[in-house]
Amino acid sequence: MIMPITIRAIKKSEPSRMKAASIRIGAIILALVASSLFILLLSLNPADVYLKMIQGAFGTAYRIKETIVKAIPLVITSLGIAIAFKMQFWNIGGEGQIAMGAFAASYFALYMNDMPMPVMLAVMILAGMLAGGIWALIPAFFKAQWGTNETIVTLMMNYIALKWVMFLQYGPWRDPKSLGFPKIANFPKNAVIPKLLGVHMGWVFALILVVAVYIFINHTKKGYEIAVIGESMNTARYAGINIKKTILIAIMLSGGLCGLVGMIQASAVNGTLSVEITGGVGYTAIITAWLAALSAPLILIVSILFAALLEGGSYIQTVFGTPQAAAEILQGIILFFVLGSEFFVRYKFVLVKKHQAIAEKGAD
Amino acid sequence: MENNYISMKNINKSFGKVVANRNINLAVRRGEIHALLGENGSGKSTLMNMLSGVYTPDSGSIFIKGKEVQFASPKDAIEAGIGMIYQHFKLIDVMTAKENIILGRKNSFLLNEKTLSDKIRDMSARFGLDIDPDKKVYNMSVGEKQTLEILKVLYRGAEILILDEPTAVLTPQETEKLFKIMRKMKAEGCAVIFITHKMNEVMEVADRITVLRKGETVMTVDKADTNPKHLTELMMGCPADLSIKRIETEKKNVALEVRNLSAVNSEGIRVLKGMSFDIYSGEILGVAGIAGSGQKELCEAIAGLHPVKQGQIIFNGEDLIGKSPAEIITKGVSLSFIPEDRLGMGLVASMDIVNNVVLKLYQKQKGIFINRKPAEQKSVEIIERLSIQTPGIRHPVRMLSGGNIQKVLLGRELDSRPQVLITAYPVRGLDVNSCYTIYDLLNEEKQKGVAILYIGEDLDVLLELCDRIMVICAGEITGIVDARYTTKEQIGLMMTGTVNLMKEGEKSEHDNANYYTSH
Repeated sequence: MIMPITIRAIKKSEPSRMKAASIRIGAIILALVASSLFILLLSLNPADVYLKMIQGAFGTAYRIKETIVKAIPLVITSLGIAIAFKMQFWNIGGEGQIAMGAFAASYFALYMNDMPMPVMLAVMILAGMLAGGIWALIPAFFKAQWGTNETIVTLMMNYIALKWVMFLQYGPWRDPKSLGFPKIANFPKNAVIPKLLGVHMGWVFALILVVAVYIFINHTKKGYEIAVIGESMNTARYAGINIKKTILIAIMLSGGLCGLVGMIQASAVNGTLSVEITGGVGYTAIITAWLAALSAPLILIVSILFAALLEGGSYIQTVFGTPQAAAEILQGIILFFVLGSEFFVRYKFVLVKKHQAIAEKGAD
Repeated sequence: MENNYISMKNINKSFGKVVANRNINLAVRRGEIHALLGENGSGKSTLMNMLSGVYTPDSGSIFIKGKEVQFASPKDAIEAGIGMIYQHFKLIDVMTAKENIILGRKNSFLLNEKTLSDKIRDMSARFGLDIDPDKKVYNMSVGEKQTLEILKVLYRGAEILILDEPTAVLTPQETEKLFKIMRKMKAEGCAVIFITHKMNEVMEVADRITVLRKGETVMTVDKADTNPKHLTELMMGCPADLSIKRIETEKKNVALEVRNLSAVNSEGIRVLKGMSFDIYSGEILGVAGIAGSGQKELCEAIAGLHPVKQGQIIFNGEDLIGKSPAEIITKGVSLSFIPEDRLGMGLVASMDIVNNVVLKLYQKQKGIFINRKPAEQKSVEIIERLSIQTPGIRHPVRMLSGGNIQKVLLGRELDSRPQVLITAYPVRGLDVNSCYTIYDLLNEEKQKGVAILYIGEDLDVLLELCDRIMVICAGEITGIVDARYTTKEQIGLMMTGTVNLMKEGEKSEHDNANYYTSH
């Protein structure tokens, strides 16, 4: 035998809640320690940097609002992705669904905007959700019908959607008044989501949706069927669940929520459609949904914390003059530890001594 | 240390709070067949998994040929000469016997095909294993696959063979063959450990028997000093009654008529070939057949889960073909299929008992919301009625023992008060006590006038429990016989298709006997 001692990862029987929580908290502390080392390397004071990050996210009313604005798309997209993930349908296509939702909403905002604001916004919401839903429905249909791999199809469709928006922005929808700049015209006033308490009304949608998705997953028949399908397709079949139909409905909802995000971002944040509309939210939301264990209330908390991390990160850039990459490294370190801790919640390491006796009888 | 080939001393192993093995001692001699007998959850598999390197003991020592060993992985155990044959074969279907045998071995880069084939033939002859090295696994019968598994571990130098309930999937004839191989290995000086809970097999083939109960060794006895009744008592810790009751009921009306049922699988191969039979209310109709003879497809076809090519399934004057699975459930036809992994069909492993019970209730509820209150009450009732061991109704079923998982499933199906109950392998891998609980439950339903289609694997049980036995072979019915007047051997011959009562022009129950002769 070469190694006298080996380390093996062993699955834990069932971690208690307390233990799991303490591991996660431990991970955050370790992440802060590791980040401190990195900050020291930049000859800065870690305590200072952390304080500024918190201040950057929550320091003033303005910054709190900014953090909330960042959190809104994360919350809603995470909810959408959570519905799909609950069914073990790996919807990686949030980006594309957001883009298509934004595209459909923008069409009405730009070309059929002769409506009073409430009607206008309602039409845009409907269009956005429908477009996002249909965009997600395509891979869902393939999956239900022929068992294709949804991960790849949803991912590929992101590129199609983003390139489509880019085509519009550089081509047919380019604003002639933008002096040759590749930009789509701003939405008229009646197509912009108004503010409530200083932040655009998307936050109201987000809160309502958190409650709605929570009820949907935990207290409706469909939500239950989705969970059963996710756990075992065969069990669902034996229970007489219409699997194809349920997959289509769940994914339509999942994509619809992402499409709504597209509409909100285009209307309230960007004021128009552009290729930057998604801001990577479709991918970030996978992390937040996963960290929140697909639970709607937890998604709210995790998304706000994540938005705070982003805001805090950009604030230290201005305060300390650190490059953007430094802030991103800090975010990366924190995420690495938090995601890594999930492994330790489920597994433990043991040392296994190998005895010499068995070494004598080798292979023939 | 005497002539003990393997000795395991004071072995302890716990999983979380559950103690699976407590101070277990086991000694196996060279050239003996040692049966390991115990109910489910008595720690047999845990113990053997430690011997084969899958688990490591918390404390205690394992000696092989008098030398202490510690296995960090199954590879170490294989190197120490231990070979385990699992219930579920670990073979690659698209490869030949030879390729499966050399898989994962450290060989020279280039294979010398001829020497290899010769070596395999040599070993086959030595141990009486009948294997064609160039046959693909997907062309093999279950018995052949098992033989291949044995050959595989022998090729890897195993001198200690552990067989985990090897006869569960075999016909009586194949079982006989396996026993012959085991005896041959014994003669060659190997040690064979045989995990089972079938008493007659123990008495037939074992030399010594170690009985485990609740994770502890009860005792090791010589076969000559014991009898099935004594062993059962040791296993259960209390006096036992080993007979299965067959309740006589009056069979009046046909509950389910199956006529000329044919189906093909996704590859277009005919899996059901014109099956016709009736199930009467108040009857248990047993189905015997080699694994994969169409049992699953038959169950699924009746439940509306498998597409049917032609034929009729008449229930209450209505043809069930074309109805959705949900409709068939509501009409009162229930299917409980215990797959090999026990969880895959019918239960959601990570959900609790309530959420599993609600699976068959919620579709009858109105509106879009789900009400779990009735299921909560039902869960309590089911736990009580079937004496399910669980910390509570909110406990994930995954965390229950195999027997209790099956009781949850069966309890839920019985609770839906079906008129036709199709149950496939309901006692798969269960211990004696739980088996009898389930037989009693089935008898209770039978008395209520439920028509039961019982797909089983243990012929002894089928003969004792069922009223009639339908034997199927390759998707075809080869005979429907009265369980009181038939023998295991006769059924065995029908299972392999050697005897076909339907084809021989014997009077079939149905007027469509012509169909069978026309093939």
